[in-house]
Order: sequence, then structure tokens, then C-alpha cells
Amino acid sequence: MANYSLKINGETFNVDVEEDTPLLWVLRDHLGLVGTKYSCGIAQCGACTVHLNGEATFSCTLPVSSVGSDEVTTIEGLSKEGDHPVQKAWNEVDVAQCGYCQAGQIMNAAALLKKNPSPSMQEIEDTMNKNLCRCGTYHKIREAVALAAKNK
Amino acid sequence: MADLIKTNRRDFLKIAGTAAGGLFIGFYWSGCDSPKMQVLSDDEVLAQAHNFNAFLSISPSGDVVIYSPNPELGQNIKTSFPMVVAEELDADWEKVRVFQANLDNDKFDRQLTGGSGAMPHSWERLRKAGATARHLLLVAAASQLEVDMDELATEKGEVIHKKSGKKIAYGDLVADASQLEAPEDVSLKHHKDFKIIGTPVKNVDNKAMFTGKPLFGLDFYREGMVNAMIQRPPFGMKIKSVDDSEAKKVPGVTDVVTFNNNVAIVGNTTWPLLKAKKLLKVTYEPDGTVESTEDHDRLFVELMDKGKAQVMRKDGNVDQAFSKAAKVVSAEYQCPFLSHSPMEPQNFFAHVKGDKVELVGPTQTPDRARMETAQLLDIPTENVSVEITRLGGGFGRRLRADFVVEAAELSKILNKPVKVTWSREDDMTGGAYRPAVRYKFQAALDEEGNMIGYKLRGVGINAGNTTRENNFPSGSVDNLLIESVNHSSPITTNAWRAPITNFLAYAEQSFIDEVALAVDKDPVKFRLELLDRAKNNPVGEIHYDVDRMKTVVETAAEKSNWGKDANVMQGFSVYFSHRSYVAQVANIEMENNQPVLKKITAVTDCGIVVNPTGANQQVRGGIVDGMGHAMFTNMTFKDGLPTQKNFDTYRLIRMKEVPEVDVHFIDNGIDPTGLGEPALPPTGGAIANAIYKATGKRLRSQPFIEQKEFSEFNLEIKRV
Ligand code: FES
Ligand code: FES
Repeated sequence: MANYSLKINGETFNVDVEEDTPLLWVLRDHLGLVGTKYSCGIAQCGACTVHLNGEATFSCTLPVSSVGSDEVTTIEGLSKEGDHPVQKAWNEVDVAQCGYCQAGQIMNAAALLKKNPSPSMQEIEDTMNKNLCRCGTYHKIREAVALAAKNK
Repeated sequence: MADLIKTNRRDFLKIAGTAAGGLFIGFYWSGCDSPKMQVLSDDEVLAQAHNFNAFLSISPSGDVVIYSPNPELGQNIKTSFPMVVAEELDADWEKVRVFQANLDNDKFDRQLTGGSGAMPHSWERLRKAGATARHLLLVAAASQLEVDMDELATEKGEVIHKKSGKKIAYGDLVADASQLEAPEDVSLKHHKDFKIIGTPVKNVDNKAMFTGKPLFGLDFYREGMVNAMIQRPPFGMKIKSVDDSEAKKVPGVTDVVTFNNNVAIVGNTTWPLLKAKKLLKVTYEPDGTVESTEDHDRLFVELMDKGKAQVMRKDGNVDQAFSKAAKVVSAEYQCPFLSHSPMEPQNFFAHVKGDKVELVGPTQTPDRARMETAQLLDIPTENVSVEITRLGGGFGRRLRADFVVEAAELSKILNKPVKVTWSREDDMTGGAYRPAVRYKFQAALDEEGNMIGYKLRGVGINAGNTTRENNFPSGSVDNLLIESVNHSSPITTNAWRAPITNFLAYAEQSFIDEVALAVDKDPVKFRLELLDRAKNNPVGEIHYDVDRMKTVVETAAEKSNWGKDANVMQGFSVYFSHRSYVAQVANIEMENNQPVLKKITAVTDCGIVVNPTGANQQVRGGIVDGMGHAMFTNMTFKDGLPTQKNFDTYRLIRMKEVPEVDVHFIDNGIDPTGLGEPALPPTGGAIANAIYKATGKRLRSQPFIEQKEFSEFNLEIKRV
């Protein structure tokens, strides 16, 4: 066990966990931030996507020991009122079916738009292809990312 | 949001408890910047609300509470059910709050998600729930205003007296109205007068989903609970020995328990369990037969030729028809097992307290969860409560109760509240698959190319009846024989979105294409000829409506410009399942000598479309699902264990593999007939038929990409 001081959503959290614990489980089990989802655990689906210094990162394979002083943002901290342009676009397009993958999709899309405010459809697809949606909401995800880029 | 982050674990749990219960509909992104609007909390609304019936309460503030009884797994029922109630109530949708009801057999019936049956089953009772309350509000208003009831109208949560222009808000009437005796009969609206039904209403859980609120079973937490993961045996095996010494050493693991051929690892958090599970050394020995994919391939051939078949349907004399046929067409089709793989792996919370049990989690069949738990623990069913969380997908896997019962059993053993989480590997290897099936089709044709005989034999591994014997083309052929052979296997199977038809439709619709082309007929005309026969002079009993099927066929041909452009190679497919009709056309064009899948056009007749955005996505999602599994996904077995254990080898369709999908509905005013499944079955056939048209290669097994023929042309997918 080791003590880690983590910067998450603008706050500092102290946790006492094994150093190999993936950030995903620190968020979910130790901090109660369950918006970040577990699905594959092996960096294949994107359900666990968070931002690490603004970069979309799979939290399921990121050991807490390697987070250091990096800024972590989770879906809970993406915006104060749930009004980030990507969240608004997701509502506007009414993207979700079951909804389980959508926090990860939103986080990935938000990181993309931060780096590249007006991505081409090809760039949207290159990025969003990392996230699985078993319900098959891909058409709407495409549409929502493009809308968020437009409305920004 | 900031509050949530600052709170400690304890406070978070309080939030978790309420957020999972209910939410605002029609939320405002800007929050409460309108000072006029006083927003009550859910608890306040619930405390004040007057109850009208199982579905509906209204508070004096005018807030309308609607309970949605059926599990929500992405079929959008939690939005579309309340829309139906609100429609007949003439509610102001902005003031509707939806809550997921717990299992309650006294208040609700058919509280399950399966068979695309919720809306067809509940349509009328939802409408009555709204209409009865509206009637009582009108009675109360008439007496308050001292006017005749038929001088009154309702609109957006108000009763209006047209002559005087007086208006009374529903909230001001509920105290009186809820005391009145409900009428036996109420009149329902004509579908042309719908104001909410047929409009694009947004998912009621949007805000919670898009801000990461704890909605799902896996998000559930209860003070004092432990977490557990279970190592389950390969199919057909039992435990020989367990060495848990290394697993127990993992910090955070508190217990390792062997029960019922399972080894449970227990701890306070999840990560130590995942780690310990890898260190667990369990050896197994056969307990009956242990099967691999090679065994199934061999069995398919054997049973196709000489298996003991059950005759499902027999019309006329097939032997005679085949012996006098001018032409015989014959083909075999095969599909593998598939895992359901919802994005949220299986999980359930159970707390056994003496002879009482509390269950919380994602289930498609809360009543089955309750019954099987009661049975296992030998207690009365009413001692078991079931709280239904949102489901991160289901696809049929969550129709079973295995993952509920084991949690209850473990809670009893540990004498603690426990949440059992399945890892992705557990979810993929832990059973209940879409069964592997092989079909043999034979058609006898006369000189004019009429189908005078038709034979289908299906062989399935734990598939039950592999046919839908009274579906098309039955009724359109004089001489027909449909048979099914089942092999019992230790590998567990279960309904998988559009059970049986998810593969049968592709095989049948490909074969129909083969037959049409063998006699030089246009595939659409050939189907229409058969349908005309079934209409004018049907052979035996049929379970589909020929006119509705013909309409989707003709409309799909029209919307897709069928056969109009020589550069577009098209594949046709149509299927009737779960009471609805869907025809699809896949378009392939050649670019640089390479076939490119450009578009799928779908025409659906599911009766009245309750929510157009939701319905549109059900069709697109069904097509993506049907296409993905037909093209890419395979599950093979080695010694009773799936070879594919996670998404690195179990290939699911991704964004870049999805073509444009063009969705149309038939507007016929028929009561809703189901939409969660019917769009999936036709897709594989439409694509395979287009591929044949473009390349001359007939794909007779799934997944397509693993077929030898496929590697010879390499299909590209063009996106929008
Ligand atoms: S859970 Fe992290 S990528 Fe799937
Ligand atoms: S919405 Fe269900 S997995 Fe994406």
C-alpha cells in the first residue's frame, strides 16, 4: 500500500492503495466517482476514458502510481452543470441507447475537440473508432461530435 | 457537480441512492436561471403527489410522476412508456418525472424486457392509465366550475373551459380528483390527435448518463457490502482441486469460498479480486461431455444427414414435388456461437437477511430473479425484493437469473451484503450464448420457375426449434417440409437479440436469392410472386400478415431505387419477427475494382411509431448489430471453454465499419408491434446478397470475414 495525492476534477484526493491499482478502480471503488466505466479492462473499448492533462486516456490500464501530479478529469468534472458543448450535443442528438459506453465516448470526443476544434469526419472517426458501443449508436456519435464542433 | 466531488464517500452514497431512482425530464442546461420556476426535489414531489394508479401520481405543484415498470436496457422504454401515459393525460411533458419502478407483481404485469413485447403488451393499459386520470381531473374541474363536463377540454396539464376561457391547472385539481372513483371505461384518443406520441422526445436519463451519475448495477454501492468475483468452471467440467494460497496473499482479498463448482474471491474493492483471480489455481475434470468447435462441425454434418428430426411443418408431398422438379437448388448455411457481451458486464447485489432477500441490479427478468432466488433459499417469493437499475445492455443475456442466484447464495454463505461483478472474461466465458446452427435448404422449381417444393432442416446446438415454421415462405409453396434437429450440449445457450431469426433470416433470405437467380427472376419480383400466392391461395396456416409484408417489400424497392442504376449492386432481404416487418436493401458500388458497401436502406412496419428518434435508433442500432455479428464476430470452443475471452479477439463492429443507413417507417396507424429486435434479422442477408451481386461470391457462413471467399475481394465500407 502507498499513499497517493491525486488531482482530480480540480480537487486533491488522498488515497491509500496498492501501486498497481488502475486509476479506474481508484475512481470507482475508492472515490465513488462511478461515471467512469469498466467494460473490458484491457484497453480495447474506451468505456473507462478519462483525461490526463487533457489527453484521452484509458484508465483501466493506467496504474495509479504513474499518475503523479497529472491533472485527471472524469465525466463528473467535465463541466460544472453538465453543459460542456459535447454533453449538450449528446443531449441534442439524443445519442444514447443503454448509455453505458457514453461517458467514455463523451470524454474521448471532448479531448479531440480541445486539440482539434474543427475536425474533419475522417478525424472524428479516427479518434472515435477507439470506443466500442455495443448498442450501435455510431451514427449518432458521429453526428454529435460534429455538432459539438460546430456549436463550440 | 462540485458538491458531489467534495463530498466524502458517505455523502456520495446518499446521492447514489436518489439519483438511481428518478430524474427530471426536460432538464435545462442553464439550470435555474428562470426565477419564476420553482423546482421541487424528487422527494418533495413524491411526498406531495396524489396517486391515481400504478403508473401515475400528480402533485399539487403540477409535477407528474410516471413509473416505468419495465427494465431499461437501451430500447428506450423508460422514455416511450411515460410518453404514452402522458399523451392520454394531456400532460405538460416538461413537468413529467419518470421513475423506474421496482418489481411489483400486484401493480404491474409482464415486468420484463424481452421479445420486443413491452409496448405491444402495455400499449392499451398505459393509455388507460393516462386517460382515466384525465377523466377524473375533468370531473373534478366540472364540479369546481359548476359546468358540464363536455364543455371542458384539456391541454398541457390544464383543464380549459372554452366558453369562459377559464383554466385550472391539474395540480389544483388533484386533491379532489384522486378521491373520485375511477371509471370502468374511458375513451382513448384517435392516433391522429396524438401530441406527444410521434414527436422526438429525448431520453429521460440523458443528463444522468452524460454527467456520469450512478445509474447502472455496477455503480451500486451499499455501506457494509463486500465485493466478489467468481471463477466458474468450463462447460462440462467440475472442480478437481483448488489451490487458493497465492490468491489469498493478494492484499485486499478477505476470503476465498468454494461453493457449487464456483470459487468466489471476496474483498472490499474490485482490483484485488481481478488480480487474485489470475493467481487462483483451479483444476477441473470432465463431468459428462466436454465439447470443442471441431466436435460441433462434425456433429453438424452427421446430424444434417441422419439426425432424429422433429417435423415442424409439412404441407403437400415434397418427395413428389422434388422428383418431378425441372430444377433443384440446394445450399447449406452455418453460424457460430455468439456471446451477448453487453458493455456492462454481468453483476448483481444481494443481501440475504434471515429469510428475507434484497436484490438490486441489472436484470431483464426481475420476476425470474425473485423466483429462482426464493426457490434456491427455500423461502416465499414475497420475501424477495428486486430493485431494477438501468442495464448497460442486455441482448437476452440478462433474461437469465444465474448471476442473481449466485450472488444470493454467496451472500447467504458470507452472511453479508455482497455485489458480485463479472470481469469481461467472466462475462464472455461464463455462458449462455447464441447457439451455433446449420441449415440445409432445398427448393424444387417447375419449368416456369415456380417454387413447387421447399425443404428446410435446421440443426442446432442447444437451440431448441431452429425454425420459424409458419413464417414466410410457408403459405406460398404447395409442398413444404420443415424439420429441426437438436443436439444437447453442456454449453449453455439463451435467447440472443432476435432469437433464432438473427441467423435464420440471413440464411433463408440468401437462399431465396439463390433460388430467384437460379430461375433468372428479379429477387424482389420473386418474393412478391410468393407473397401473392400466400395472399390469394395460402397453403396451410401462416403467422404473418401478407399485406404488411408486401408493403415493406414494395416500399423498400421504391426507396432504394431497386434495380434502377446498373452501377449499384443491390441485395434484398425482408423478414417478419416480433410482430413487425422490416425490408432492407444493401448497396455496393465498385471503386477501383473493389466492392464498397455504401448504404443500407431499411423500411419498417412496426405500427405506430411512439418516439421517432428512439425508433430510428432502434433500427440503425439493430442493423449495426446484425451487420457486425454477420461480418466480424466468431466464438469458438476448445475443451468446453471459449477461445475468445475479451474484445481483443472477440471482434465487435466499430464506428469505421458502419455504412450510411437510411431509415423509413410505414405510417399505418396500427397499434405498436415491437421494435427492439425486428431490424436485426434482415441485415446479414441484404449484405450477403449485395456481395453476391457484386462479386459472384456466395457467403454461406458467418462471420463473413473468416470465409475463404471473402479474402478474394475484401469489402470496403464507405461512411457518410
Ligand atoms: S475498460 Fe478500459 S478500455 Fe475497456
Ligand atoms: S449506448 Fe449502449 S453500449 Fe453504447
